[in-house]
Amino acid sequence: MTLGEIGEQTVSTAGGVFSAAWLLIVFPLIGAAALLLGSRRLDRAYGVLGCMAPLASFVVAAALFVAMLGREPEQRAISVPLYDLFAVGDYQVGVGLLVDQLSIAFSLLITGVGSLIHVYSIGYMAHDENRQRFFGYLNLFVAAMLLLVLADDYLVLYVGWEGVGLASYLLIGFWQHKDSAAVAAKKAFVVNRVGDFGMSLAVMSMVVVFGTTAFAGVFPAAADASEGWLIAIGLLLLLGACGKSAQFPLQSWLLDAMEGPTPVSALIHAATMVTAGVYLVVRSAAIYAGAEPAQTAVVVVGTITALMGAIIGCAKDDIKKALAGSTMSQIGYMMLAAGLGPAGYAFAIFHLLTHGFFKAELFLGAGSVMHGMNDEVDMRRYGGLRTVMRTTYVTFAAGYLAIIGIPPFAGFFSKDSIIEAAFANNFVAGLGALVGAGITGFYMTRVMLMTFFGERRWAPDAHPHESPSVMTVPLWILAGLSLVGGAALLYVGGGIVQWLEPVTGEEHVELGIPVWAMTLVILAVVLVGVAVAWQIFGRQPLPVTAPAGSPVTVAARRDLYGDAVNEAVFMRPGQYLTRSLVYVDNRGVDGAVVGTASAVGQFSSRLRRWQTGFVRSYALSMLAGAAVVVIAMLLVRLP
Amino acid sequence: MTFPWLTTLIVVPALGAVLTALVPRGLEVTAKKLALFIALVTAVLTVIATVAFVRNGEPVQFVEQYAWVESFGVYWALGADGISISLIALTGVITPIVLTAMWREAEAERRNPKPFFALVLLLESMLIGAFAAKDVLLFYILFEAMLVPMYFLIGLYGGPQRRYAAVKFLLYNLLGGLIMLAAVIGLYVQAATQGRGTFLLADLVALDIPQSTQWWLFLGFMFAFAIKAPLWPFHTWLPDAAAEATPANAAYLSGVMDKVGTFGMIALALPLFPAAARDFAPAIVVLAVISILYGALLAIGQTDMKRLIAYTSISHFGLIVLGIFALNSQGAAGATLYMVNHGLATVALFVIIGFMIVRRGSRFVADYGGAAQPAPVLAGSLLFAGLAALGLPGLAPFVSEFLVLVGTYSRYRLAGVLATVGIILAALYILLLYQRTMTGPARESTAGFPDLRRRERLIVAPLVALLLALGFFPKPLLDVIGEGVQPVLAEVDVGDPEPLVPAAEGTVP
Repeated sequence: MTLGEIGEQTVSTAGGVFSAAWLLIVFPLIGAAALLLGSRRLDRAYGVLGCMAPLASFVVAAALFVAMLGREPEQRAISVPLYDLFAVGDYQVGVGLLVDQLSIAFSLLITGVGSLIHVYSIGYMAHDENRQRFFGYLNLFVAAMLLLVLADDYLVLYVGWEGVGLASYLLIGFWQHKDSAAVAAKKAFVVNRVGDFGMSLAVMSMVVVFGTTAFAGVFPAAADASEGWLIAIGLLLLLGACGKSAQFPLQSWLLDAMEGPTPVSALIHAATMVTAGVYLVVRSAAIYAGAEPAQTAVVVVGTITALMGAIIGCAKDDIKKALAGSTMSQIGYMMLAAGLGPAGYAFAIFHLLTHGFFKAELFLGAGSVMHGMNDEVDMRRYGGLRTVMRTTYVTFAAGYLAIIGIPPFAGFFSKDSIIEAAFANNFVAGLGALVGAGITGFYMTRVMLMTFFGERRWAPDAHPHESPSVMTVPLWILAGLSLVGGAALLYVGGGIVQWLEPVTGEEHVELGIPVWAMTLVILAVVLVGVAVAWQIFGRQPLPVTAPAGSPVTVAARRDLYGDAVNEAVFMRPGQYLTRSLVYVDNRGVDGAVVGTASAVGQFSSRLRRWQTGFVRSYALSMLAGAAVVVIAMLLVRLP
Repeated sequence: MTFPWLTTLIVVPALGAVLTALVPRGLEVTAKKLALFIALVTAVLTVIATVAFVRNGEPVQFVEQYAWVESFGVYWALGADGISISLIALTGVITPIVLTAMWREAEAERRNPKPFFALVLLLESMLIGAFAAKDVLLFYILFEAMLVPMYFLIGLYGGPQRRYAAVKFLLYNLLGGLIMLAAVIGLYVQAATQGRGTFLLADLVALDIPQSTQWWLFLGFMFAFAIKAPLWPFHTWLPDAAAEATPANAAYLSGVMDKVGTFGMIALALPLFPAAARDFAPAIVVLAVISILYGALLAIGQTDMKRLIAYTSISHFGLIVLGIFALNSQGAAGATLYMVNHGLATVALFVIIGFMIVRRGSRFVADYGGAAQPAPVLAGSLLFAGLAALGLPGLAPFVSEFLVLVGTYSRYRLAGVLATVGIILAALYILLLYQRTMTGPARESTAGFPDLRRRERLIVAPLVALLLALGFFPKPLLDVIGEGVQPVLAEVDVGDPEPLVPAAEGTVP
């Protein structure tokens, strides 16, 4: 049955494996329920129980993918309706899944990389007494993230959107006995709510404009909507995306989010959840198609964040925060590409996938280092680890080469595509992306050198050792993906651009110069960044305490004053407003209603003086009331 | 003749109240068990009645009508539509939960628990009566009479400032009620001048009241309802009452009893005075938006947990009123669903805070901290209830909040946007409360915190289950509510705004 068109293809229903697509979400949901509500005795089998669900979902996703390959490219979007959520007036919402080229790519990433990170966590969290709860939250996250990418209605997408936000909140604050973790968790949730404000209004605007929030209703009708509404919806969706994906100006929570256990940083705050904003923009292609100013805003936000994150990444001595800056920056690249429209959508998703591989690799590698170094995160306390942690070193190096874009590693293909597309469409964005690539070369080389090279600056009680194989096997797999993932995605079976074309459309803008020349320019810029880092951090011993640094360094260390701005513009005035309102409410509003506040007090104290019991005072007030009643009746009856 | 469901639902708890009060001295525990038994029986009856209602499918059911004071046209007239039945179900289901939560509250204040339990049952009877009343005078009498049990519940069993709080509660609500009484009488006069003097709701709705008269009568009704449901600026009695009442009593007050106010707005004020409702809607929308933001900001600024929850209720009542006066399907249905969901979420919050107060002996946020370590289930319950209250998608209040916002936004863009700011503030007041009481390093004050006991888990579990079930499967309840609000909206006759771009042919399955 044909249900309509999304993008350039028809959406149909199908039986077979597709009718079981809901299992993707239900497996991790059951896992989460069992682990969170089940007996503490399950703790003994936490590893198997925790990993079972995402692995099962991965099998389902792979089966769906294979089934999809067997269909014609235009027949690959499958609608899987599940149940009606509600119908009020003419507005109906159904819970259903849209399994298409875009959502299956995400599903494979979420369940694939997600499973690896679950397995890794068996080792990483082995000594945590709340590990059962940890795996419960991780399973909950996987379920919510899959709902987010598979939903076929913006309102249901929003349920998943908030679900991942909840999981993120719970996991950032997993060690909630630390004040810093609890504060970071709350901050992440509240900043995301600012984004959700935009997201809610976008969804509400869709109801006003289209009378529906179903993809199948919104996308075909979008072309008929006024440009003003499309721009408004596009900008509101962008606000939502900025919150979830830590894009400027809602970026401030991501660096603090590193308070969470490192596998969480890898899965949620690097590989999957934070890319949801990119998904949202790409999925909403039909809206952005008619809203050029909104697209421009996406490009601007992406470019700014790509540079901002990179600059912040340069100054952090905390390995996780350096990587978090890098995540911001890389998602900025994806946003930038997504803002280019059909010319960039496929590249945004391409980079999103390769980033999922190599950033997960880098974070898990950092976790492995921390695991061997008594949870030390200060890179000034590392150094020379390549000899004692061979596997971590080699696999981390694969992630490193991938992120800075050295051929043939994955990032080379995906990042080059974005920079080329950016130059072809907008010189300023292209230049920003190119400079960002150079800075990436710099800060990642810095991380690499400070951690694995140079002399050993370890704390006296540090005895670094390689991690157990339950942690290193996922590292090897991710290193492999960081090596071949880019080329494979780009070339195997027509490649990702062709695969996504029915969803995202395609548009090719010619570059002014030959592609090989562009590639050489990008490589040269990256190598300059690497060389500068080598000059500063590779050739001389590193002080254990951070030097004062230039004003730029100081600004970057303080996250380019993002928190300071929030504090000055929102927090302090907000606290002042709240305090004064509390003061006014306690005195003023009360008084304005019944004469004055003291009148109430006096009246009640007079009542108290009269009363010898409550019955008496009640009777008195009833008497007074009855008098008023009589007067009222007389008044009304008089004429 | 069919079974008189509604009279039964009113009589059973009322009779239970009398029986509980008659239990001889020294058998307090028996009295409590008897009261709980009656509440459970009532709960089962309401659930059966609700299921019967849904199965039958008629918009108005269980109609009963007996002349009471024939010469004045007063009737014992009852009936249930989709709005009434959902609130009756809420009352029926919540009462035993609240009674269980109250189990030791009276003793904690060194008071005799027997009257406490009897009063709650009496209150339940009156609430069900008010939700079912199809005679305006009957509604009014119950609306006023229910002040009496609540007055004693606060005044006899509350905290140190209970007398002040109880008198303030009474004065505010009495004032509102008296002005409403004048309007009720005015309405009767209108009926009398147009034919037959009557208080029957159906007859009164059919009247053709001149616009200026509608204005005054509408304002008279709305004044009482705006105090009861508290709308800014008539809200200041609620924080005092909720702070001084025992936690479970505060739960009953703001979770169930205050719903009579918003119920009155949608079930009486709108159909009786449609022209006035249309005229005043923009002004009420303004007050509602102020309530939402004001209540939320004040909740953020509170140091007392019970006052904090009371202010969140003010914010949520603002949303309910907003939805009602959006005057369209989404707004009205969302608001009615919100009445039920807010009941569940607020009751959960108040009783869980009650559990905390029992452990620590303080209702102030600053006296807690780090309690999640010794009491993870307690912490998890508080977080769950809080997430429900802040409108997390997947939990019940979200759907209602979203519908209210959509309904508002489709008619009043700016009000819709401003009300949506409330979702950011909601995250702040809930998560700050959780952070300050539950997270951080273990502190001496909370070191020995026992986790939830069996009785406490039994109280929380049904609330959690309902919040989840209505979050993922709101359709059955929302269908009933949608049926219920349609006649009201037909009276007001504004119509739903059409989508700007009609969906393309054949694209929506």
